[in-house]
Amino acid sequence: MSTTIIAGAAHDKKTAVAMSRRRRNLGRVVDTLCVLATLFGLFLLASILAILLWRGLGGLRLSVFTMSTSSPGTPGGLLNAIVGTLIQAGLGTLFGTPIGLLVGTYLSEYGRTSKLGNAARFVSDILLSAPSILIGLFVYLILVVPAGGYSGWAGSVALAMIVIPIVVRTTEDMLRLVPTALREAAVALGAPKWKAITKICYRAALDGIATGILLAIARVAGETAPLLFTSLGNLNWSADLTQPMASLPVTIYNYTTSAFDDWIQLGWVGALLITFGVLSLNILARVVLRKRN
Amino acid sequence: MSQATVTTPAAAKRRRSAANWGDLIFAGLTRTAAVFILLLLGSIIVMLAVGGWPAFQTFGIGFITSTSWNPVTDIYGAGVSVYGTLVTSVLAMILAVPVSFGIAYYLTELAPGWLRRPVGTAIELLAAVPSIIYGMWGFFVVVPFMANHVEPALIGTFQNVPVLRSLFAGPPFGTGIATAAFILAVMVLPFIAATMRDVFNTVPAVYKESAYGVGCTTWEVVRSIVLPYTKTAVVGGIMLGLGRALGETMAVTYVIGNANHVTPNLFGSGNTIASLVALEFGESDSGSLKLASLLALGFILFVISFIVLATSRLMLRPKFKE
Repeated sequence: MSTTIIAGAAHDKKTAVAMSRRRRNLGRVVDTLCVLATLFGLFLLASILAILLWRGLGGLRLSVFTMSTSSPGTPGGLLNAIVGTLIQAGLGTLFGTPIGLLVGTYLSEYGRTSKLGNAARFVSDILLSAPSILIGLFVYLILVVPAGGYSGWAGSVALAMIVIPIVVRTTEDMLRLVPTALREAAVALGAPKWKAITKICYRAALDGIATGILLAIARVAGETAPLLFTSLGNLNWSADLTQPMASLPVTIYNYTTSAFDDWIQLGWVGALLITFGVLSLNILARVVLRKRN
Repeated sequence: MSQATVTTPAAAKRRRSAANWGDLIFAGLTRTAAVFILLLLGSIIVMLAVGGWPAFQTFGIGFITSTSWNPVTDIYGAGVSVYGTLVTSVLAMILAVPVSFGIAYYLTELAPGWLRRPVGTAIELLAAVPSIIYGMWGFFVVVPFMANHVEPALIGTFQNVPVLRSLFAGPPFGTGIATAAFILAVMVLPFIAATMRDVFNTVPAVYKESAYGVGCTTWEVVRSIVLPYTKTAVVGGIMLGLGRALGETMAVTYVIGNANHVTPNLFGSGNTIASLVALEFGESDSGSLKLASLLALGFILFVISFIVLATSRLMLRPKFKE
């Protein structure tokens, strides 16, 4: 902007034209670089999905879902890992959601600007991005060491701690979008506040809260680090929560870092399954939320 | 209330007190949950500190900077992994920030309306891919590419340049600090891009329109109007990405090479706090000094991440939340 003014004062039409051209050209260069950056981002996603399909589809057969993991060289599948992930992610969500829901409710309805509210919001935001491996270490110290061994329970608790801040964030955001008039109407009819919240606000924000829960399931289903020191992994079929339990991400990790071709192949199949599962949940969450508009 | 409900004062009182009890219980529950989450973070810090205490006790404050990690002589230090954590994360930021900015710039200023949502969603889906998948992608796709193309080219180009020669030195294995930084950059890119896009969208349209009105190019509008308006939040978004990069475990574990030495060579192997903990934990006996050292590493990582994430949040929240 300033360049045009200076150019005008210089009484030199040629300089002005040249400067204007330089500005346009710079703008065009930046625009092009930004388009390239976006294409690069899209290329990365495509590259990841392509390698998963390329390496994973070849090994996808029924036995993956009907057989448990086995020693290299013998036929095996991923059944115990898939079931282990379903159990631990399911229990983690089951434990974490009510707590997250209550904290989110407190932040939106009771302690919006209170000291406790601000502190809880701050801590929840930190937990949302905190290294998940530290959650694993923490649960190792409070559950695995006292209990004397790795267990499916410990894995579920570790995942629950990751679920909580995700549900807190979405619950608070979604409850805040509920118009105050709805609450006032409920209270004016004589409903106590807790009824206004549980019967009116929760219902109005239901799709948003459901989105948060779906995103939380998607996140913990793919977590590896917090399970390494808690549920450990299990090569045999086991649905006993007091024993070490297999999970898809940990199995994928052990298999793809091994030296056996058939294990690596199965690892890719597992990676394909977990990625498309997680991405589908994410897309489903978006669809749920978009229906609102 | 309406004339239809004929209630005696006693009944009304009873109902009110029931409602009061309900309110008390529900408010109490939500408050307890809020206190619980505070205690949760507090106990994570305390437990890691207590668990790591034997290491701090044995090696003193020098544990943080000592570069030895020797299970045979039972001497441990955090120096190498702290160095690796900081170097990979900072390099990742250098790579990720310009690309994220480009994506946010495209999504807010250049993209036609019908493209914004699908492209934005695709970028956000990058953030949803589990970190172990990034590790596999890094190990099976990026590592060979780095080993065969990028690293030989850079080593060849800089072999006679004094300082850069030691940054880009062989042999080109493909694994190492540079590859880890690249994978980390890809992983945090969607977080930074999404945050930048969201804060760019908070700039009042009038400001931008007046700048366009006097003939500014898109770049000039973004540089002179959008960035000054959003700079605190943009830095907050970058810090958020940094906080995520610092503690990333699985992806780094696949590609860093796990070697315990400090090297200026970006193609050399190293380790990070998170990757060292993930790799060595299984080989540590309960109650051993090694386990305590790993927990102490966890404590250090927690402190670093906490500072970065807290800064990020303070920069992001005040203006753009509420």
